[in-house]
Amino acid sequence: MSAYIIRRLLYALPILIGVNALTFLLFFVVNSPDDMARMHLGGKRVTDQAIQSWKEEHGYDKPLLFNYEAAGAQRLTDTILYQKSVRLFLFDFGQSDSGRNIGHDISQRMWPSLAIAVPTLLVGLAFNITFALLLAFFRGTYFDLWGVVICVAMMSISGLFYIIGGQYLVGKLLNLVPISGYDTGVHALKFLILPVIVGVIGSIGSGTRWYRTLFLEEIHRDYVRTARAKGLSEQLVLFRHVLRNALIPILTGVVVVLPLLFIGSLLTESFFGIPGLGSYTIDAINNQDFAVVRAMVFLGAVLYIIGLLMTDISYTIVDPRVRLD
Amino acid sequence: MSFQPVILWTDALVYLLLALLMLTVWHTRRHSHLKAPWRRVADRRIGQATMVLLSFYVVIGLLDTLHFHPRTSVDERGRAVYSTEVLSLFDVIAGPLRTQREKTYSAPFATHLFSKETVQLSDGSSARGFPRLQYGGAHLSGDGEGRLADIAAKALWGAAKGALLWVVLILPLCGFSLGRAARLLRGRLLQPWHIAAYAAFAVICVFSALWELAGYYHILGTDKVGEDVFFQSLKSIRTGLLIGTLTTLVMLPAAILLGIMAGYFRGWVDDLIQYLYTTLNSIPGVLLIAAAVLMMQIYMSNHADEFNSLTERADLRLLFLCLILGVTSWTSLCRLLRGEALKLRELEYVQAARAFGVGHFAILVRHILPNVMHIVLITIVLDFSGLVLAEAVLSYISIGVDPATSSWGNMINGARLELAREPVVWWSLLAAFGFMFTLVLAANLFSDVVRDAFDPRLREQR
Repeated sequence: MSAYIIRRLLYALPILIGVNALTFLLFFVVNSPDDMARMHLGGKRVTDQAIQSWKEEHGYDKPLLFNYEAAGAQRLTDTILYQKSVRLFLFDFGQSDSGRNIGHDISQRMWPSLAIAVPTLLVGLAFNITFALLLAFFRGTYFDLWGVVICVAMMSISGLFYIIGGQYLVGKLLNLVPISGYDTGVHALKFLILPVIVGVIGSIGSGTRWYRTLFLEEIHRDYVRTARAKGLSEQLVLFRHVLRNALIPILTGVVVVLPLLFIGSLLTESFFGIPGLGSYTIDAINNQDFAVVRAMVFLGAVLYIIGLLMTDISYTIVDPRVRLD
Repeated sequence: MSFQPVILWTDALVYLLLALLMLTVWHTRRHSHLKAPWRRVADRRIGQATMVLLSFYVVIGLLDTLHFHPRTSVDERGRAVYSTEVLSLFDVIAGPLRTQREKTYSAPFATHLFSKETVQLSDGSSARGFPRLQYGGAHLSGDGEGRLADIAAKALWGAAKGALLWVVLILPLCGFSLGRAARLLRGRLLQPWHIAAYAAFAVICVFSALWELAGYYHILGTDKVGEDVFFQSLKSIRTGLLIGTLTTLVMLPAAILLGIMAGYFRGWVDDLIQYLYTTLNSIPGVLLIAAAVLMMQIYMSNHADEFNSLTERADLRLLFLCLILGVTSWTSLCRLLRGEALKLRELEYVQAARAFGVGHFAILVRHILPNVMHIVLITIVLDFSGLVLAEAVLSYISIGVDPATSSWGNMINGARLELAREPVVWWSLLAAFGFMFTLVLAANLFSDVVRDAFDPRLREQR
């Protein structure tokens, strides 16, 4: 097992190098630091002097790949590639273009993201599994038919509609909770309720439908027929056999997104004014803060790879038929 | 000529897509085994109804794709001078809808402006009030009396025109035989097309009624700069369809080629291709899109003189968005195709072909490719609705289409802040959501039918 994990971690390394190379290409080769400086300082009528000083200030004034003027190891380290890309591997994110420490910002902002993402995931999971089980229990009836129709309709509604509609209905018309904002400690609760509810409702359509398909797939298996043949009631068959076996794909589907919960949801956070990593990213995109976007791309890739690894491991834990070697 | 045709980049791709589609249809019609699943689609009621609705959207999108420069004047040597403005055939058909702009917001079917302004009275004095709209309901006398009766009459008249159009369309299809037409409507023909006929009736009548009303009122109100929201929503159809289809078209060659190559050759080819798509996949899609779009914005702002017009620039941005969406979405299809190709290469007919000495390329094209096409088709149809929804979200984070392009995302983005107004300006939002919902719902239902018809595994379960 540990050998497998080590091998997988080693395999992750070339992928991270690839991700880094891609962002390096996008940010420094396709567009030169000069272009970025001009964009930030605004327009074409910017003096070379101003560009130069902006680059110096943000550390973009070094050569791209190889520094001929430096001596020894500095030839490689005193470059943009090393300073801006290689150091990401050590989780040293450096300074954002507005001069803040990115690593510190991330460690501060990941908690609000988690505070929204975790309850949304858990409540959504509970709702979706319950609905899906109900639909599977009443399969082939009008209840099932209409349930699926409602699911498809809910899937077809834009996520923006749920957010805007929820804010308008609950926040403005009923005046139950604040429309947006955030607070620390227990006071955060009233700011968290609405985003969580909206997130859960938004996930019901596709989630319930997907889980229902999983349940129906299991229901047609031989062991279910055997269970019925030995006289178990339909409820027992569903809960003891179908649910447990269908939980395998459901759980592994959840495990892969677990690390990504840290990053939070871009839309929800920016609409509800939650100071999490999602809104951090959006702000960076809007302010064209490339250092932050690059850091988030790298962080996202790392978390995704961890998620894949955790999925494979969780398979062996919940499903003894799967062996890793 | 009174116009000069313009082919934008996306237009060219749309024409390419149309050509491919026609080729596919022609090819499918000649092979009964290819025709069979489509027949299963057409046999389903939902399949027929959604096909009609989707083709309605497609027709509007296509009308909006034929672009040209209108002629403004003729210079002294008799040469035509063309405007730099780019219009589409749809703009011409919509005519007054495009040009009749109010000052600012007005509610659906309103005769007066939404906000109070200082109005000049006839006796020269001025007072605060809601001024009368310049175009909306302008044919009504006085302060807009008898508006409801007028709306009902216009709607009925429009629907009647629509019904007539429907009859004109149906009769030639039935060979001008009333008996055949009656059998069609009762579903007694060999292929029961009656649901499609009824759906077409509903769509044509409703649209015709709305169109008739739109000539006299702003049926979905006007936006901040006084533009007709109904017109905007219709213009946005092209953007939505483009994002949904061009993205897939752009990514298809790479996904198919790499997918079946990875599965067929295995070994280092497989490793390389797997590495490629795992790397791309591990970057969260939104961030990759954001990074790429930011870079493009820098490029565009630094090379502003390379673009002849705003339309051209917006069009290139749309194309680029499709490209980058394609880069993030081809990986799942590639993985599916790899898995299928892994399975297919061990089958007897592929083994036999190899034993006969058929080359790798020929095996890929003749034996593997046709047998994975159902997966490709299902993926195209399934991805469509997700992409349409994604456009709205991306435009909201300002990494979507150009602000000058009409799209549902831009409409939502523009109207979102107005919810804080009292009373609320709701029509722009609801119009965008409504049009998007109809398209996505139809696409979702249609994709379910297509999947049921094409997936051999699902068919066995029934």
